[in-house]
Amino acid sequence: MSHAASLTFFAHHEFRLAWRDWLAMLTAGKARRVRVVALALAAFALFMHFVAYSVVAQFAEIEVDADRGTLVVITGCAVLAWSLLMSQAMESVTRSFYARSDLDLILSSPVIARRVFAVRIATIASSTMVMAVLLAAPFINVLAWHGGARWLAAYGVVLAVGAIAAALSVTLTVALFRTIGPKRTRLAAQIVAAVIGAIFVIGLQMAAIVSYGTISQLTFLRSDALVEVVPAIESFVWWPARAVLGDLTALAAVVTIAFAALAASVAAFSTRFGEHAIAAAGVSNGGVSQRRRAFRTVSPKRALRRKEWTLLVRDPWLASQTLMQLLYLLPPALMLWQAFGQRADDLVLLVPVLVMAAGQLAGGLAWLAISGEDAPDLVTTAPVPAPWIVRAKVEAVAGGVAVIFAPFLLAMAMASPRDALAAACGIAAAVLSSTLIQLWFRTQARRKHFRRRQTSSRIATFAEAFSSISWAATAGLAASGKWQAAITGLIAVLILAGARAVSPHKSH
Amino acid sequence: MNQHTPFAALEIRGLKKTFDRPAVDRLDLLVRRGEFYSLLGPNGAGKTTTLRMVAGLLHPDAGTISVCGIDALADPVSAKQIMAWVSDEPMIYDKLTPLEYLEFVAGLWRIDSATAERRANELIEWLGLAPHAHERCEGFSKGMRQKVALAGALVHDPTLIILDEPLTGLDAGSARQVKNVLRERVAAGGTVIMTTHILEVAERMADRIGVIAGGRLIAEGTLDELRRRAGKGDTSLEDTFLALVAEQTQAA
Repeated sequence: MSHAASLTFFAHHEFRLAWRDWLAMLTAGKARRVRVVALALAAFALFMHFVAYSVVAQFAEIEVDADRGTLVVITGCAVLAWSLLMSQAMESVTRSFYARSDLDLILSSPVIARRVFAVRIATIASSTMVMAVLLAAPFINVLAWHGGARWLAAYGVVLAVGAIAAALSVTLTVALFRTIGPKRTRLAAQIVAAVIGAIFVIGLQMAAIVSYGTISQLTFLRSDALVEVVPAIESFVWWPARAVLGDLTALAAVVTIAFAALAASVAAFSTRFGEHAIAAAGVSNGGVSQRRRAFRTVSPKRALRRKEWTLLVRDPWLASQTLMQLLYLLPPALMLWQAFGQRADDLVLLVPVLVMAAGQLAGGLAWLAISGEDAPDLVTTAPVPAPWIVRAKVEAVAGGVAVIFAPFLLAMAMASPRDALAAACGIAAAVLSSTLIQLWFRTQARRKHFRRRQTSSRIATFAEAFSSISWAATAGLAASGKWQAAITGLIAVLILAGARAVSPHKSH
Repeated sequence: MNQHTPFAALEIRGLKKTFDRPAVDRLDLLVRRGEFYSLLGPNGAGKTTTLRMVAGLLHPDAGTISVCGIDALADPVSAKQIMAWVSDEPMIYDKLTPLEYLEFVAGLWRIDSATAERRANELIEWLGLAPHAHERCEGFSKGMRQKVALAGALVHDPTLIILDEPLTGLDAGSARQVKNVLRERVAAGGTVIMTTHILEVAERMADRIGVIAGGRLIAEGTLDELRRRAGKGDTSLEDTFLALVAEQTQAA
């Protein structure tokens, strides 16, 4: 096979796998759902255009020679998109190191491995760019419709942001491999990806809290203080923002730099990518010696609870997957600390944040405890009544959530007991709802398939998310003393009832 | 269960289970206490479904199951207390060490700490797992994982052990160790029921062999009795088994 032919062949292979992965994620592997999913996507695209219209149509008349304040906001949005894409690309790169099962086949075949990995990196970059374009398209289309074709240049910037994100993610992951080795890279890359994805939002929120006492990041981006310290209007820092506004020279520069960086990373790392993928495949997690204490057998329920917590604590990758969303609790924590004793009124803003986070965390933990049971036969054949097993697992979930959220609630109770009570009730309702949904939609799965849990049942995923949102709104409104809390509470109950009605296991 | 055979470790009557088609069809089976019973049959014959119903992993559509006189459908917890189940795919926890796994199992079966620790250490030693007793199971081979699962099945000293293809994928050394452990259990008065596709194992180890096809028991007895039943004279179990299954297929 010639060089060009082999590249085309592998590109076709990679894109076919990526497409099928994506399709399986949307349809949960059920072919008959393709038409429904296509219709749902079309409806979603239409809906997003309406959302985009309400958000950005008012800015369509901004000219190319915008002021520094406008350039700051556009650049901030671009950096936000970049951080999310970078996080996603790092996930993809890590997955291609650790989770691809075709390495033996590829490396034992008579092809140059460097080419295969060059194509693989390019595929990751393409996926990242396609995702970026899909997310940005409604906003760009609305701007182009209202402000003219010059806004279409923003598509070029979006592609460039995706390319830079992919190039940097490959560079960073390979650097992690070289510095800390394949065994630690999986966890480290996971954490770095989550931190990169969250840090910009969290940073802006923290800056806004410290400067203005609000959690809104836009307040900080629009502040005079920031505009005063940013570089002059001629600086190259503003090229991406100018390119978005339709400056074709800036666009050409941004796109050229981004794709040159991507090409350089493909050329530089395709050989090492292969070496590291082989190293990752050879990583053994065994051989960890444990200090042994005397046997201490406990009641079956306690044994089950202890087992759940031990398994979670001992799996840093899984723990990071589950707990990473708690990064978003950092700004509320800062706000709590700041408001302590002086701005107790602001604490009501934190109530829905805590409730939402608790609901989502409980959903993840409940999946691990209920569906992600690695020895279902053992637990089922144990001489323990089935309801006990379920109760012990629910208690394990509730205990985990309680340990994490109790400090927040205690701190809040000292500043504002009413808010703390509303948050505690909201957290309890959200945790119970998420756990019940996981019980009703339980499947038998391995813990290592945690990332795929959301594809096994779309209904469960949406029910879990919407019930958490509804309980968050209920708790927030109740803390503010608003009667509308009754409506959102009723919505949460209806979501739960609907989920139960369509669930395969209604016995609990 | 109205009438129970006193010497029976397992007594099944009229057991039925249907999925898309009948998997187990009015099956009657009796395994005596202290017996090594091997259940043979072609793929899809209903062996695993039968044993999963006995272990409480599936609920039958009809029929009765008695484990040492305990009605396993009416009082599953008591039946499970004296029973152990080992499947072909060892299901253990990667992040626990073998000793921690056994401690967890002992907790589920309510074994006191001192007894559990003594038995666990004996089993770990017996199965050749001592050098790995304090390592997490995630790096273990299939054979080692199967031995950990077997230790888990034995740590609560069950009266009846049910094994579904326990030797699949094991190397010769591991298979020998597992077989030795099972022989010892039977010698100590325990009852073992095992499905296997390795007919030599059934031929050498089983006191009695049951052949199941189409969800029904088509033949049962010692190896000699089965040979006579198949009219095959002094042939191997493989020839006897194939003749019995062919006879059943023709009859169906």
